[in-house]
Amino acid sequence: MSVAPTQVVGGLKATDFASSAEVRWCPGCGDYSILAIMKKTLAKVGADRSKTVFVSGIGCSSRFPYYMATYGFHSIHGRAPTLATGLKLARPDLDVWVITGDGDGLSIGGNHLIHALRRNVDLKIILFNNRIYGLTKGQYSPTSVFDQRTKSSPFGVPDYPVQPVSLALGAGATFVARTVDIDLRHLEYVLERAARHVGSALVEVYQNCVIFNDGAYSYVSNKEVKAENMVYIEHGKPLIYGKAADKGIRVKECKPEAVSLKDVKAEELLVHDEKAADASAAFMLGQMRHPELPEAMGVFRAVEMPTYSDLVWQQIKQAKAKQGEGDVQKLLAGTETWKVE
Amino acid sequence: MSTLTPSDRAQSATAAAKTKPVTNLSSVTIRFAGDSGDGMQLAGTQFGDTSALLGNDISTFPDYPAEIRAPAGTVAGVSGFQLQFSSVDIYTPGDEVDALVAMNPASLKANLRFVKKGGIIIVNDDTFVEHELKKAEYAENPLNSTALAGYHVIRVPVNRLNTLAVQETGLGAKQADRCKNFFALGLAYWLFGRPLETTLAYIEGKFAAKAPAVAQANALALKAGYNFGETSELFDHQYVVAKARLAPGTYRKVTGNEAVALGMVTAAKLAGKNLFYGTYPITPASDILHALSEWKNCGVVTFQAEDEIAAMGAAIGAAFGGAMACTGTSGPGMALKTEGIGLAVIAELPVVIVNVQRGGPSTGLPTKTEQADLWQAVLGRNGECPLPVIAAVSPSDCFAATIEAFRIAVRYMTPVIVLTDGYVGNSAEPWMIPDVSEMEPIKVEHPTQPNDPKGFMPYKRNEEGARPWAIPGTPGLEHRIGGLEKADVVGTVSYDPANHDRMINLRAEKIAGVQAAGAEYLWTGPDTGDLLLVGWGGTYGHIKEAALELQRLGLSVSACQIRYLNPMPDVIGQKLRAFKRVLVCEINLGQLRYILRANYLIDVKGFNKVRGQPLVAHEIVEAARAAMGR
Repeated sequence: MSVAPTQVVGGLKATDFASSAEVRWCPGCGDYSILAIMKKTLAKVGADRSKTVFVSGIGCSSRFPYYMATYGFHSIHGRAPTLATGLKLARPDLDVWVITGDGDGLSIGGNHLIHALRRNVDLKIILFNNRIYGLTKGQYSPTSVFDQRTKSSPFGVPDYPVQPVSLALGAGATFVARTVDIDLRHLEYVLERAARHVGSALVEVYQNCVIFNDGAYSYVSNKEVKAENMVYIEHGKPLIYGKAADKGIRVKECKPEAVSLKDVKAEELLVHDEKAADASAAFMLGQMRHPELPEAMGVFRAVEMPTYSDLVWQQIKQAKAKQGEGDVQKLLAGTETWKVE
Repeated sequence: MSTLTPSDRAQSATAAAKTKPVTNLSSVTIRFAGDSGDGMQLAGTQFGDTSALLGNDISTFPDYPAEIRAPAGTVAGVSGFQLQFSSVDIYTPGDEVDALVAMNPASLKANLRFVKKGGIIIVNDDTFVEHELKKAEYAENPLNSTALAGYHVIRVPVNRLNTLAVQETGLGAKQADRCKNFFALGLAYWLFGRPLETTLAYIEGKFAAKAPAVAQANALALKAGYNFGETSELFDHQYVVAKARLAPGTYRKVTGNEAVALGMVTAAKLAGKNLFYGTYPITPASDILHALSEWKNCGVVTFQAEDEIAAMGAAIGAAFGGAMACTGTSGPGMALKTEGIGLAVIAELPVVIVNVQRGGPSTGLPTKTEQADLWQAVLGRNGECPLPVIAAVSPSDCFAATIEAFRIAVRYMTPVIVLTDGYVGNSAEPWMIPDVSEMEPIKVEHPTQPNDPKGFMPYKRNEEGARPWAIPGTPGLEHRIGGLEKADVVGTVSYDPANHDRMINLRAEKIAGVQAAGAEYLWTGPDTGDLLLVGWGGTYGHIKEAALELQRLGLSVSACQIRYLNPMPDVIGQKLRAFKRVLVCEINLGQLRYILRANYLIDVKGFNKVRGQPLVAHEIVEAARAAMGR
């Protein structure tokens, strides 16, 4: 996405990005803060409302487009990446965002998510992960906790959950990040990074569903404990966390290990490299789970590769250069004709 | 540089000055059949190309097995190519085969029943040996039995003659054997007085640069087959089919799938837009993708999606962005696209969806033709979800049908389904090349200003019920659409009961009011009579031929091939009522029959065969006569 000078529309405020639609999420829903920070971010990067499109699937997350004063398409369950890909291919000039959730994006839409990321389509995919199906009122999702009791799992969820960050890295996404809905400053930082990335971007937002899965992320949102349970990752910096910044992550025998800074030297700590071509280290960070390890927040990977629409349109450009501008009449005639007098 | 030497040319020229008697025929149906690896598709296609260039009217029918390579020598592995070539107007690739070329016992077994009594059967004698006969499940050699008594069987040692002919090239046994289709083709060329030039040029173009020994061998085999016909006493007769009286103009050969691809590119050109084709490979529609993916210099974007659902989603996204968007598939893919089609209907976006129908249900018969997706096209979505449906009647009609679909999609802001089928998709016929500069442009207007004092209303309709096609990138018209029911005019989400009823009716009225962008039906014969044969889609040629035959028998029969299946024009009811009886001929169990009965309350009857094959004209004739008691 080229948030290039040509697209900077001077002086838009966050409020200019709000549509007139009444926001209908439940009071206390994490989606409100994501909406607020998104508007702030778009204003900050100078997004052009007329060239910005939000495409969503189905779910509480997917109501998002209606609340933005941009173009928007509330499509069908799991299929937003497909519409977004077609739109971006037809109109590479647009800034296309995909809003999805853990059900929409990882269950029914898992396949499309993988391929959009694999192709490096220049889309910003924001995945609101509340670890539950909210809109349909409380069934478990592919990110729900093992053995969790829900509407459809009164005896406990028998599924092992999938890790969105791991899936995205496995699909080859060129930008992968994770943040928390109420960590406003960090959310803004991550969204801005995603907005400025050229290529496919997957941002997992830990989002609290106040009605059906309240408190799922208290370990990283509760002010008392969060510092012990999460570690900010930043390019070029060692992984240090804890309220007193007294803990770190070091890699021992290819595994991350939580250590006390009293016990190790600074040089032993893992230094994050978001630009590494090989995503293995990033994968390892994405896999760190509470309570065994602090969960990583930040940009796991940010690399540049030709985008899908660039590649496709380059082929068209090259064909025109080599064969000349196409002549439909010539195509109709084909390779062999004959005349009847 | 042709590999045709001067002495070859002389030989070809003297083909006319033959000592063997020559009979003039107005039409011949020939079928090449062999094991999947025997090159019968190539032989048949070449024969068709040569005949078309000679000026015959042609109609082809490739008949492939589904597997890439079934066990060699079995009936399952038989691949056939049938074509009719003529000096008169023909509409089908032939009911009965006049000449069968059978390269192995299995191909004889699979195709004998299509050969007319007294027809010519050229068998590859070298393959009628024990182990091949066993694979074809022949208990005894049919060549030694009375099984073929009623036919004119000619036993040709194709394998041996072919190997001898290409010996000088030094090719190994396997490669040399692969030239035998050219031997058979050469022989067929002699039998029907066709020249070798077209195929020799093809061989040169395809093989000379990369594999000169192969090019040489193929050319040698072709000529050897031709010469064998000329010199061998096994062949005592030649047949000639003169040029047909086609309307003056410049022609090419075209298959239905090629015509669809050309229609798509032409429609985009007429609208001044880039074409976006989202698709997933599926038999028998993949050739549309193959063709379009070559035409990048025409600005064509082909998107090979991860599945059929993604292909449809991408087409919708592209349409939302303002592209001329389309997708193509077969029955199972249509099933997958269903939810997406519904979204396009309620979002009211222009997308053309091509279904090259094949045998169903489910995976069914991938390489066999059928027309049992009519109900799916007209009715098959959740909710009240109407859309226009057009069915192409012939290979070349696929061009017009596709362009008409785009005209309607853009004019009324709706997805449109174009139905073709495996037979029409793969069949070739001569086609007078249209002049794009004489075709009516497709008018597209993307608004730049709000259409209401209160701001932009995405669902404010014009007199035809179409909403404006406002595309992202247009300042001041920012709006959101989606799959939920929307408030009339304003377009915001609405659950209001009265509004839903109104919107359901508005969408239904819009589609009911769609005007055809081309011929609503094709007619043969008088406007009134005893019996009307009715059909839709690729049965056109066979039904027309049957009607003409019935008329020749002095019977009062006409034929009507409906192109616009939804909305179906009122005039159809009037046309049907002018006949005492109506017989609806379909390759399904009566889907059009059902629709006609529902629409017009006429007691139409059905003639239905679901064999994975085109209809047979003389079977329609028999059914019509039975219906009339004549």
